[in-house]
Amino acid sequence: MTTAKRTGIRRLAGTVAVLAAAAIVAAACSSSTNNAGGSSNGGTVAALPNNTQGVTSSTITIGATTPQTGPAAPGYSEIAPATNAYFKYANDHGGIFGRKINYVVYDDAYDPSKTATLTRQLVLQNNIFADVEPLGTPTVLQVKDFLKTEGVPAVYVASGCNCWNDPALPYTFGWQPPYTDEGKILGQYVTQHLSGQKVGYLYQDDEFGQDGVKGLDQQISGSNVVSRQTYTATPQALAAGLGSQMSALKSAGAQVVVMYTIPAATALAMLAAATIGYHPQWVISSVGSDPPTLTGLLGSFSHGAAGATLLNGVISEAYLPPLTDAANPWIVGFKKILSTYDPGAPWDGNTEYGVVLGYTFVQALQAAGHNLTRSALVSAIEQHGSTFLNPGLVPFTFSKSNHYGYQGGQMVQLENGGQTINTLGGRLVATINGPITTETAPLSTPPANFGS
Amino acid sequence: MALPGTTGSAGTSGPAGARGRMPAWVWKLRLPRQPMIRHLVLAVAGGAVLFGITSAVGSYDDYQVAQIGFTAVAIAGLSLLTGANGQISLGQGAFIMVGAYGAGMVLVHTGLPVFVALIVGVAVSAAAGVVIGLPASRLRGPYLAGMTLALAIGLPALPLKYSSTFAGEQGLSINPLQPPGTVDPQRWLAWYVLLAVLIMLVLMGNLMRSRFGRAFKAVRDDEVAAALSGISVMRTHVLAFAVSAGAAGLAGGLRGLATGGVVPDAFSVALSISLLAGMVLGGTGSLLGAWWGAAILVYAPQWATSVANSLHLRQGQGSNLALLFYGVVLVVVVLLVPSGVQGALRKLAGWLAQFAGQPSQLAGVSTGTVVHKGEEGP
Repeated sequence: MTTAKRTGIRRLAGTVAVLAAAAIVAAACSSSTNNAGGSSNGGTVAALPNNTQGVTSSTITIGATTPQTGPAAPGYSEIAPATNAYFKYANDHGGIFGRKINYVVYDDAYDPSKTATLTRQLVLQNNIFADVEPLGTPTVLQVKDFLKTEGVPAVYVASGCNCWNDPALPYTFGWQPPYTDEGKILGQYVTQHLSGQKVGYLYQDDEFGQDGVKGLDQQISGSNVVSRQTYTATPQALAAGLGSQMSALKSAGAQVVVMYTIPAATALAMLAAATIGYHPQWVISSVGSDPPTLTGLLGSFSHGAAGATLLNGVISEAYLPPLTDAANPWIVGFKKILSTYDPGAPWDGNTEYGVVLGYTFVQALQAAGHNLTRSALVSAIEQHGSTFLNPGLVPFTFSKSNHYGYQGGQMVQLENGGQTINTLGGRLVATINGPITTETAPLSTPPANFGS
Repeated sequence: MALPGTTGSAGTSGPAGARGRMPAWVWKLRLPRQPMIRHLVLAVAGGAVLFGITSAVGSYDDYQVAQIGFTAVAIAGLSLLTGANGQISLGQGAFIMVGAYGAGMVLVHTGLPVFVALIVGVAVSAAAGVVIGLPASRLRGPYLAGMTLALAIGLPALPLKYSSTFAGEQGLSINPLQPPGTVDPQRWLAWYVLLAVLIMLVLMGNLMRSRFGRAFKAVRDDEVAAALSGISVMRTHVLAFAVSAGAAGLAGGLRGLATGGVVPDAFSVALSISLLAGMVLGGTGSLLGAWWGAAILVYAPQWATSVANSLHLRQGQGSNLALLFYGVVLVVVVLLVPSGVQGALRKLAGWLAQFAGQPSQLAGVSTGTVVHKGEEGP
C-alpha cells in the first residue's frame, strides 16, 4: 500500500464530500432577478429598499407564513387558502392593472423560529413584494424588524395585537380590530345591559388575552369582577381541560363570564361548565366565537354528547357581516368565490376572514396604481385605506398615523345553535384610548354581479 | 451509558478496526498529531470551504449556512454531553434560550460589542448548566430525560411571568449586524456565525482530547471504575453539563442575531427534540457529525415541503404530507444508518480503502492503535 494511493483515496473522499456539500447548497439555490428602478406614484412615502421587488409587467409575487399544521392550525389553516381564492378570482378577472397575483404561503406551524426562517426564504429567495396576511402575534413579532430592514411591507397582519400600529414599524399594517378595542365594546355592553351581575373573566395568558382584558377593565368596574381565570394555549394545558377554572368561576358566583379565548378553549370551557351544571351568560370575543368552528369542536370534544345547543344565547362581537346573512350581496358573492376557487373549504368565520382580507389587499393594490412599488402600496393604504370598499360593519380607520384596519363592530347574539345571529344595538367604533361612538354611515354594497 | 450509534473516538465502542482505520492513517499522514494544532488546521480548512460556499451563493443560502452554523454548535454541545459523557438531555433548547436572553439583554441594554454579548451569553448559559447539572448529576436515564424535559417546557414561561424584565411575549428586538461596506448582510452574518462557531468547536475539540475529555468518557463507560481511578463522577457530570450548556448559549446568542429577536415561543420543546434528532442523525459524540445533523435539520423540512408542493395538493394537505415525509426520512435514516451520517462516512471511507486494496485487518488494527495512543495517550 503506497502513501500516494492512500492520499488519492483521501482526496477522492474529500472531493466527494465537497461536491456533495456544494450540491446541497446549489439545490437550495434559486436564481433571482430583481427589478431595479421603477417609479412611485408620487405618494408620501419615500422609496423603500428594492422598491419593485416581486413585481413584473405581468405578475405580483407576495407571500405569507401561516399555520397549516400544529396546535393553531385547526380553523386558522383555512384562512390563507381562502385569501388565495380571492386572488385567483381577481386573476381570472383581468388581474390588477394586468398583473396576476402569485401568493406563496409557507407553513410555520405557529412556531416563531420557523417564521424567522420561512420569512427570509420568502424575501430573499422568492423575492416577494409584500408579506400579506402573515398570521399570529409571536410569529410576526419575530420577523417585524427583518421585514422593516428589507423594506418589505407587512400588510394586514392576521392578529389583533395592539402592536401593529407602531411608528417604529412604518410599513406594517393590522387589519382586524385590536383586541383592546373589542374588549372595550364587550365591556361597555356588559356594563350597560348586564348591570348588577357578577362578572368573571377567562382569558388566554398572553398578549391576546391581556390586551383584551385591558379593554374590558376600561369599561367594567373592578368591583364587579369577582374572578379572573387564565389558561395557556399549549396543547398540554388544553388537554387538561378547563374544569378548575370553571369551578372557580362558579364558586365565585360569576353570572356573566367574559372570554378571551381561542375556539378550542371556548369549547372546552363550555363543556366543563355544562358538566358541573354551571350556566352563566357567555360573552365571547370574536376570536373564539365562530359558530361553525365551535359546533365542530363541541361535538368532537364531547364525542357527540354535546353540540350546538350550548351556543344558544352566547353574546359576542362581529366586525364582518354574519355568515348566515343570505340577503347580503357581499356574503353571496364571497361564498360563490370560495366555492369556485377553494372547493371543499367550509364557509365559516375563518374563510370569511381570509376572503375578505384578500379583497382588501386587492383594493390596496388598485389604489397603489399602475406603477406598483412598495412605497406606493404603503402610501395608498395610508392615504386611501379609510375609503376602501369593503363589507365590514365599520369602516377602516387606516391613515398616516393609524395602521389599524377595523376598529369596532357590532354586538351579536347566537340563537338556534348558531344558525341565527341576531344583532344587539348599533354598530360601534372604538379606539384604544378614545371614546366609543356609534357608526351611522350606511353599509356598503359590492359592485354589480360581485362573485360571478 | 453507551448509546447505540455512539461514534466517539476510536476504540471506545464497536469494532475498532472498521471504525478507526481510515481516519487513523489520515490523521497520521495528513494532519499534525498535536490535538490543538490539528483542530485548528481542521477548523481553518473547514472555514475556508464554507467561506468559499458562502461567497458564491445567494442571500437566503447564506442565511441557511448561518442557521447550520448555530444549530451545529448546539448539537455539538448535546453530542458532547450525550456521546462523550453519556447523559441524555431533552433540554438543550432551554439553554439556547438562556444564551439568547443573556446575549440579547446585553445587546439591548448596553452598547457593548456583539462578541462581548455572545461571551456573556455563553457564560450565563454555562452557569445555568452548572445549576442544572448539580441535581442532574444524581439522575440517570429516563429520570434525567424527564428533568431536562421539564426544563425545556417550563423555562419559556419565565419571560412571560417577568415580562417587565424580559419584554414578555414581544421579546427582545436585536439589531442586525452591520456589515462593512457593501457586503450582503446575510453573508456577513454567515461569516460571523461561522467564525464564532468554529472557535467554540476548536475549544470543545481540545477539551475532548484533554484529561477532562478522557474523564467524560471514563465516567460514561463505567462510573465505578472511573471513581476508583480518582475521577469525581459528579464533578465530571456537572462540567459536561456546563460545557454543553455553554455551546447552546453561543447558539442562542447567534440565533438572536440571525433572527433579529428573542421571543419565548421560539424555544419550544420541539426545538430540543429536533436537536436530539439532529445529533443522532449526524452521529452521536462526533463534533463533525454535528454539522451533518445541523444541515439535515435545516434542509430536510425545506425538501419535504417542496416534494409535497410538487404534488399540487391543497395547502393543508401538502403541509401535513411534508411533516409525514420528514418523519419518514428521519426514521429511515436512523434505521439504515444508526451511527449517523458521520458513522456512515467513516464506514464508506473504510470500504473505499478496502476496495483500493489496503490490507484490511492488520492495517486497521495497527493504525487504530496508533490513533488511540495519539488521541488518548498521555
